[in-house]
Amino acid sequence: MNKVAAFIGKNQYSHMIILALLLLVVLPLSLDIFRLNLVGKYLTYAFVALGLVLCWGYGGILSLGQGVFFGLGGYCMAMFLKLEASSPENTAIQSTPGIPDFMDWNQLTALPWFWEPFHSFTFTVFAVILVPAIFAFIIAVAMFKRRVGGVYFAIITQAVAAIMTILIIGQQGYTGGVNGITDLRTLHGWDIRTDDAKYILYYVNALLLFLCLFVAAFVIKSKLGRLLVAMREREDRVRFSGYDVSAFKIFIFCLAAAISAIGGAMFTLQVGFMSPSFVGIVPSIEMVIFCALGGRLSILGAVYGTLLVNYAKTSFSETFPELWLFAMGALFIGVVMAFPNGLAGIYQRYMEPWLLKLSKKDESPSAPAVGASEKAPESSDEPMTSEERKHA
Amino acid sequence: MFAEYTAAELTSIFAMQGFAGLILFSVFVLMALGLAIIFGQMGVINMAHGEFMILGAYTTYLISNLFADYLPGIYSSYFFIAMIVAFFVTGALGAFVEWAMIRHLYHRPLDTLLATWGLSLIMQQFYRTVFGAREVGVTLPDWLMGSIAVTDMVEIPINGLFVMGLTIVITVGVALMMQRSHLGKQTRAVVQNRPMAAAVGINTEKVDRLTFALGCGIAGVAGSAFTMIGSTGPTSGQLYIVDTFLVVVFGGAASLLGTVASAFTISQAQSTMEFFLSGSMAKVLTLLVVVGILMLRPQGLFTLKVRR
Amino acid sequence: MLESTKSIPAKDFVLSVEGLTVSFDGFKAVNDLSLYVEEQEIRVIIGPNGAGKTTVLDLICGRTKATEGSIKFKGKELTKLNEHQIVHAGVGRKFQNPSIYEDLTVFENLELSYPRGRNVWGALFFRRDAEVVAKVEEIADMIFLGDKLDMSADLLSHGQKQWLEIGMLLIQDPELLMLDEPVAGMSVSERKQTAELLQRITKDRSVLVIEHDMQFVADIADRVTVLHQGKVLSEGSMDRVQSDPKVIEVYLGH
Repeated sequence: MNKVAAFIGKNQYSHMIILALLLLVVLPLSLDIFRLNLVGKYLTYAFVALGLVLCWGYGGILSLGQGVFFGLGGYCMAMFLKLEASSPENTAIQSTPGIPDFMDWNQLTALPWFWEPFHSFTFTVFAVILVPAIFAFIIAVAMFKRRVGGVYFAIITQAVAAIMTILIIGQQGYTGGVNGITDLRTLHGWDIRTDDAKYILYYVNALLLFLCLFVAAFVIKSKLGRLLVAMREREDRVRFSGYDVSAFKIFIFCLAAAISAIGGAMFTLQVGFMSPSFVGIVPSIEMVIFCALGGRLSILGAVYGTLLVNYAKTSFSETFPELWLFAMGALFIGVVMAFPNGLAGIYQRYMEPWLLKLSKKDESPSAPAVGASEKAPESSDEPMTSEERKHA
Repeated sequence: MFAEYTAAELTSIFAMQGFAGLILFSVFVLMALGLAIIFGQMGVINMAHGEFMILGAYTTYLISNLFADYLPGIYSSYFFIAMIVAFFVTGALGAFVEWAMIRHLYHRPLDTLLATWGLSLIMQQFYRTVFGAREVGVTLPDWLMGSIAVTDMVEIPINGLFVMGLTIVITVGVALMMQRSHLGKQTRAVVQNRPMAAAVGINTEKVDRLTFALGCGIAGVAGSAFTMIGSTGPTSGQLYIVDTFLVVVFGGAASLLGTVASAFTISQAQSTMEFFLSGSMAKVLTLLVVVGILMLRPQGLFTLKVRR
Repeated sequence: MLESTKSIPAKDFVLSVEGLTVSFDGFKAVNDLSLYVEEQEIRVIIGPNGAGKTTVLDLICGRTKATEGSIKFKGKELTKLNEHQIVHAGVGRKFQNPSIYEDLTVFENLELSYPRGRNVWGALFFRRDAEVVAKVEEIADMIFLGDKLDMSADLLSHGQKQWLEIGMLLIQDPELLMLDEPVAGMSVSERKQTAELLQRITKDRSVLVIEHDMQFVADIADRVTVLHQGKVLSEGSMDRVQSDPKVIEVYLGH
């Protein structure tokens, strides 16, 4: 246990356990499967928000096209499931049996070449991560090697999101067009639409999310994490300390893309379809607010932020749909202007001193740790010795 | 792809598509001008720029209705009044937004982007609540109806011609203002050296506010012109925002001439390709080429090499 | 004098800059400049504002790309390398305004500059071992910040920040150290300490300094190069430069 704590940092440890209890015990016990599936769907967005914490919060790279990677991951998974659903027996009534229904509707008579490898589940699993990561790599190399950053990068990623959406909608014979890839049924013969399957997928999703949280925590705690913070402030200094700044940016952007893609693939599995409405400009920028509300520097905040915004969205849409956009707009403005560090910032500022006082009263030895903070070890009153420093 | 057309047909196609491209060009230029001022001069990304434009369009729509109801006799001249009102309405809103929001975020450009996106959502929903989700259009005055037949195959609509003329006038006006006027000089001074400008007695906060208001006001005029060639809906502005940003960045953010040239290139490329490919593929190709060129030349096409 | 140095083969110098020119839209900030720095030499560059002093440092460390000319460091051509490759070659650069990571502690500032784990995977799996800690503490003592290791860097005084940045360079043990106005904004006692520090750290390296403070220049310089309008106006010992009529006319005489 202590090893885990050392691996990701003591700060995160207790908060991680609380989140685990919430996601793995409390919610499954208190919600019916319909609601739990909804939570599972929200949690797939949390992967994107988590990626944004890494590349935007820490790396200072604001991508307004994360939906592209979410979508690519989701589409890879959807292609596999669609092929399984389009067996010649299932599609006997089509003019070309054995190809997905939307291809048949668009007068395609053979499976396009890039669909072929998605017959293999192993390939699909790799593709879910590698296709978006390679795509991110190409964008990142082109932009960061030429030192494009800041708002320019944001605009370019937005254009990429626009291109991707238009392409998917325009090439409906290959992609399912505006409806996306729908009517997905089984994974290796296992029906993913049953309640049991939804429970299992929820847990798979939650565990994958924790895996990604661990990876993110490890990255942030490593020297690379501190370098990202340093780069955000003094890019030139990092460069003149002998680091290839672009390589670090490329890495963190690709990592964020890969994490988002896992979310996309889990979305497809839990919700049963994938469509361009998760790829474009609007969903991509919406995912930024999940991260911003939770706190752009807090990996756990990303999860809470995502859950809160989506919970609010669902309840608003059920009662006052017309108010939702007002609320969303106000959220963007409010978070950015009043709480740039989001809920995690508020927690650190107001909750923690109070919890600290409470725990001191109880004389309990360990104070609750910081949810997430960009400041590395707080300076204690007494100077550390060399020996202590090694373990800090 | 050209084989099935005769030479004469091809010429006409290029002429017609070229003209369609010119109208797109006008929309791009009008929208990009305001954006280029705000982004190029102040470094602020205003994601709500499209919504400011649409505010101008709705203002024009309201005024055209007023004229139709109360002053039908001089309906044909409503447009000029509407344009001026649109300029001041959007400009005033711009000044307010700068005061309430933008000025607190100058040192955080990425956050400005997110905050103005929030603003755009609010404005969109406001339009939807007030004007409904359906698109509205104005009735064009008689003198803008119809078209001029150049040859028996090429016809040029008068409203398009008018919008183009208007674009040229506004562009020249803005360029002159930035070059010659007191505000223009002050703006450029503030951009080049803010502390120095403040030291010589320029009220930099006021200049920021006026610059932002001016950029928004021009967006309002753009919206006014937009009603001549298309109908207005709550999300019409959002459709153009990414293209317009690309226009501005492609042209080199600080150069008005660059903005015009890049708007011309992008619009012509897109509309010419649209005839031969599907509309969506033409757009994809155009955007891809622009993004590709920006990767090779991130500073835009028309910027000078400067000392960092 | 310049002619005589040109005939000596480049490998005898740590740094040899030849025919260096950079033009910004036709304006030549540095114009056909040649400069040779010997091993363990402290060379100070002086010159009026706009003479191109900082640009020369920018060119050497790769921040600005030269239009023409060559920069050879230990026989290696630097003009074609990226910034981080130039650092790896052994050139360190301090900026005019202290450029440190204010969100991090003094210790972390120095640790990040420690020359190990400089690629992505190295940084990801970098471990803070005894060697790193010892080196950081050694450097911190040298730059008078031994008791401030756990302090957040933004709490340091201006002079201490300058030292910290020098320390961040020292921990990389560069063979050529370039300092842009290292004592600007320092108190008198801090200046004295800095002069001592420079004397101490140049035992095994060459140093290229830009400085305006003439007393400080006289204290540390082995040789002085005077730049004017992107060109070398005069070069030699402080006394010699100070008595050069050309220099008196454009710079010291004012």
